[in-house]
Order: sequence, then C-alpha cells, then structure tokens
Amino acid sequence: MELGFLLLSIVKMSAILAWVYGLIWILGRPGAVVKGAGILAAFAVVQLAMTLPLGDRTLLDDFDMGLLFQACTMAMVALGLNLIYGFNGQFSLAQWGFYGIGAYAAADITFRWTSGDASGLLVLGSGVILGGLAIRGITRFLRQYRRVPVLSAFTLYLLGAVAAGALALGIGHALEPLLRPLLGTSQAPGPLAGGLPLQLVYVLAVLIAGVFAAEVSFLFGLPVLTLGSDYFGIATLGFVIVVNTLMVNSDTILPFPEMKGGRGMIGIPKLTTWFWAFAFLLLVMVVMRNLVHSSTGRAIVSVREDETAAKVMGIDVAHHKLLAFVLGSLFAGIGGGVYAHYIGFLSPGTFDFLIGFNPLIIVVFGGLGSMTGTITASFGWLFFLEGLLRVILGQLGTEAPTWRFVLYPIALLLLMLLRPQGLLGTNEWGFLRADPVPPREASPAIAAAPDRPRPGATA
Amino acid sequence: MSGAAVLDIEGLTKFFGGLRAVSGFDLTVSRGQLAGLIGPNGAGKTTIFNMISGLYVPSSGSIRFQGQSLAAMEPFEITQLGIGRTFQNIRLFPNLSVLDNVRIAYHPHAGYGVLDAVLRTRRFARQERELTRQAQDFLTIFTLEGVQHELARNLPYGQQRRVEIARALACTPRLLLLDEPAAGMNPNEIGTLMELIHFIRDRFDLTILLIEHQMRVVMGICEQITVLDFGEVIARGTPREIQDNPKVVEAYLGKGAAGAA
Repeated sequence: MELGFLLLSIVKMSAILAWVYGLIWILGRPGAVVKGAGILAAFAVVQLAMTLPLGDRTLLDDFDMGLLFQACTMAMVALGLNLIYGFNGQFSLAQWGFYGIGAYAAADITFRWTSGDASGLLVLGSGVILGGLAIRGITRFLRQYRRVPVLSAFTLYLLGAVAAGALALGIGHALEPLLRPLLGTSQAPGPLAGGLPLQLVYVLAVLIAGVFAAEVSFLFGLPVLTLGSDYFGIATLGFVIVVNTLMVNSDTILPFPEMKGGRGMIGIPKLTTWFWAFAFLLLVMVVMRNLVHSSTGRAIVSVREDETAAKVMGIDVAHHKLLAFVLGSLFAGIGGGVYAHYIGFLSPGTFDFLIGFNPLIIVVFGGLGSMTGTITASFGWLFFLEGLLRVILGQLGTEAPTWRFVLYPIALLLLMLLRPQGLLGTNEWGFLRADPVPPREASPAIAAAPDRPRPGATA
Repeated sequence: MSGAAVLDIEGLTKFFGGLRAVSGFDLTVSRGQLAGLIGPNGAGKTTIFNMISGLYVPSSGSIRFQGQSLAAMEPFEITQLGIGRTFQNIRLFPNLSVLDNVRIAYHPHAGYGVLDAVLRTRRFARQERELTRQAQDFLTIFTLEGVQHELARNLPYGQQRRVEIARALACTPRLLLLDEPAAGMNPNEIGTLMELIHFIRDRFDLTILLIEHQMRVVMGICEQITVLDFGEVIARGTPREIQDNPKVVEAYLGKGAAGAA
C-alpha cells in the first residue's frame, strides 16, 4: 500500500507538470478555436479529476487540490516578481507584502458583504477609482515641470491618495445604508448576499484588491525605486515588515476589528473555486505575456540590461521601473485575493518576510526572465516540497517531514552551483514565446539605395 | 552644406570635484556637417558627449540643439528631441537579440500603449510589423540581417560596433554623436566604416559629430576638426590646417616633437 501510494503521488505530480506544459503548448497553437478548446480542456481535466468519484475517493483529493490552488496563486505572485526582478532587474522583497495587502483587502470586502455590510466594497472600490484618477491627474500636472524632485512629487501623490481615501470613506458610508436592506443580516440574508451577486462581488473584490496593491506599490515605489538596486532591496524588506506589523495589529492600531490582528482573520467566504483560480491565473499569464512581448516589455528589459544605454535610447527609465513594479504588484494583489478566498483564513504569520523569500526562490529557480520557468517552478516546487517530499518522508515517522526544509535548501544550493541561470534561463516555451518575426519582404527604400556598401567593401 | 547651426555650445565647463575636466568649450556644428573632436586620452572629449546627451549636468555653459536649450533635460528627452549617440566602450543590451536591440530604440515612437499591447489590438499588430520592418532595414544597411536573431553579446567586436550605430540611427536622430566608432577595428573594417558614415549622413540627412583616435578616419572624413587638450580647445580648422598646427603635434607627441617633425 505504501509503495502504491508513493507511485500514485509521483504519477500525480508528473501529470500536473504535464498539464501545465500542455496548457502553455495549446495556447501557443494558431487559431482562436484551438486555443479556446485547449483552455476548456485544461479546465475540465482538473475539474473532472477532482469531482468524478473513483471508488471511494476522487483522483485528486482535497490535499492535492490544496496544493493546486496554492500553486496557482504562487504562480501569479511569482510571475509578478519575475517582471520586477527578472525582466526589470530590480531586486524586490516587497512582493510578499503586496500579496498580503491583496489578500486582506479582498477578504475584507467579501467578509463584510456576507455579514450584511457593503461598506468594504463601496469604500475600497470608490477608493481605488478615485486614487487612480488622482494619480493620473497629478501625473498630468507634474508633466509641465522639469526635474521635479522625487520627494516633492511623492508628497503631492500622497496628499492626492489621502484625499481620495477620505472622499471614498464619505461616499462609502453615505451609500452603504442604501444596500443594507438588500444584503440583510447573516441570520436573514437578503437577495444580494448570496448566489450570483456574491460571485460578482468576489470577482470585483479580487480585482479591486489587485488595483489597491498596485496603487500602494506606486506610492512606495516612486521614491524608493530611485535607489540603486541593493538599497532598493533593503527598502523593500522594510516594506514587508511594516505590512506584517500592521497585519498583526490590525485590530489595535488599525480600525479593522474583523481582521482580528495576530489571531488571524476567520470566516472569509470560500469563494475561490477551481474555475476562478484557473481563470485568474490565465488572465495574469496572458496579460504578462502580451506585455513582455511588446515595445513596453522590451523597454522594461533594456532597463535591466543597461540603464545608461536605455536612457540614451530615449527610454524613460524611472517610468518603466515604476511600471514594472506596479504591474508586478497588481499580479501579487490578485494572487492574494484568490488565495484568501480559497483558504478562508488569513494569519499574519503567512505574510512574514521569511516566507516572502519563497516567490523569490521560485523565480530564481525557474530562471530570471523566463515566464515558463516561473510557472513550472511554482507548480513543481509546491508539489515536490509539500506533496512528494511530505509523502515520502511521512513514511519514516511523524517528525520526519521536517527534513524537507533541509533537503530543499540543499537542492537549491546544488541548482545554483550547477545551473546559476535557473532551470530555464531566459528560454520560453509554447505560447509564452515571442511571436516569430515574419520573413522580411525586400524593402524598396533600402534595396534601391545604389550606394549601399557591400560586405568587405573598402574605401 | 552651410545652414542653421544644429549644435551650438558656448562656454561649456565641467568640474568633477576640484578637477576641471572641460573648461570654456565652444563649438558650432552646422547642418549636414561631419565634425570631429580629437585630443589625447583624458582631454575631456567623452565628458562633452555625456553633457550633450544629458548624462552629465554641465557646471556652467549652454548647449543649444536646433536653437533649443538642453538645460535641465533628462537624457531620454534629449534623445527624443533628436540626438543619438554611441559609446566608446560598446553598450549594447547584451542578452537581447540584435533585432531587439534596434527595436528598443523605436520605443518612444512605437505608436501604441500598454493597453494596446495587453489586448493585442490591430494597432499593435500594425505598428509592431512596421517598426520591425524599419529595424530590419537598418540592420540590412549595416549588413547585419543575417545575425538579427543572435544575442548581441555573441557577436564579434566589429559587428557589435555596427549594431550600436544601427541602434543609434533607429532613434531617428538629427544629430549623431559617435564616440570612437573605429576603435578596435582592422584597416579593412575601418574602410567600410568610413564609407558607411558618409552613406548614412547623406541617406538620413544627418549632422555627425565624432570622437576618434584613428587619424586616418578623422583626416579622411571630417570637414571640421576641434582639438582638445586638458579640457581646453587648442586648435580648430580643416584636416589640413590641423595636421600642420604645431600645438596639435605637441599635444600628441610632447614638447619638442613639433620641431623634429
């Protein structure tokens, strides 16, 4: 039985990795119909494996599905970090903080909603919209002036954000009583408290949480990204610690009793189904892929390659650093929202800065600047570490699984010694590769140039 | 040939701490001219280039490009205004393909935004096709079309220099600054390079200012030469005038050499 169980675990792990590669491959095939069918098939295979009874159990049990959900959210967070660190070259530890911000923000919206209080959605929703408008307006305003000191700009943005927040609080509390009868109470839920409206609120909550994390990252990144890479890394470490401290004290120094501080937030509706986890992962993958393989993506990479050369190529280096940082945080925030509604319980311990190294390790392991590597590493890492090693070591005794935290750093050390560029380097696979450059038709402008120098021609 | 001044520098001075790298430098380059800037090592030539392209802020003096002052402008704004440059120690994007190196220079006028890219709109497809075609045109001029998918760091030195010039041209400059374009090239490659510089000047209606140590290049293609020593202009004129100037010979070969030569 033990050997059979072990074999089954290995088969499952391989099958999941094959599934990831299959998804990336089918999305790279030409034709919208093929892509659509591929997406549907990839979704359905897992959905069936988790629901179809196989004897007295299902092929993927709750434990496997837990790993799968975590791998999906980890892939979103790590993809965002790869954009910041792998593609843009800015070493950041703040990703985990934005993940936490996204998780708590999304959880607060749906938690309040299901307990008959629409203020979470209204305040945060109008807050991110007003905040976005404020950032846009101030950016327009600052464009009239040259060489504005970054701290002056930051002060303006901060004032704008505070004003937007205050206005959002006002709007939220003014509108909230209108929705109260429709929501009912937790004893007598109203028409909007469940079913389709709740699903809609969930999706909105995840997206709002992502945008909220992105706007926080804009305010944080604006002054801090002007630091050199090492100093930037240290500043981001400070950010994670600040966020974590605020979480631990969310019921004392922050006015959020429902987050229950260090005891952890319980009772978050578990709304993340496989459909939503898959959909959000797909969204992040496609957005990231399309961005990387565009002129903006090339500009982002050029900043990593050589900042001075990028400036002289007419690229606004500061703008592109900020863009990569904000988009990376957006993905982290979305990942956090998905995670909170899968797990149903948020503890500040989850967002400790030490655990924040996990996405960093995944990105380096998969290859800096490889989306395929990051996605593979996210799934492989969870299934190897939490799945396979736990199962194998579990056979040796109840305390033995702890050994995986010895084996896994050793594996990391070996990889860094043998393949420092990570598993995939900067290679991409299937749909994550750039579109092929079309064969070039002879350009009349150049072909007609009579004095075009030939190779080897001398003066 | 003669026309409005494309580049007009007056009293340009740069201090690094107590060191005066450039002092009171004046230069006027008129439209379509091929001007040279020469001088011994450490004379301040590259410092002047760095001030023109905005990487260094001048301690005093003014730089005007097509009548517009470049004071307080960011390097990327200066490039977008129409000044392209290359570097003495090649600064390509090493881990990107040759084609991408050139396509990056199109970013400021790519003609589509982040949203177009994410949604893969038709404008994205059209603009991307167009800028790829233009980038490939530049590569063809520099006979690099065969290596467009190679990583820039894998190219031999001479080809890397050509990629850098192609990339600077893709910024669609009016004024091109070339910092020692012939460094490390063999005589055969230098010949091709000189022909190329003439060709791109005429083809793209450029004004070119170049720093060079290879006297063959400077004397062969420059129409006006400024000689710099210890941050100060010691001579200016046509190649013939410069060659006969005893001060120039002294700066290059040392005191007493002028009499011997």
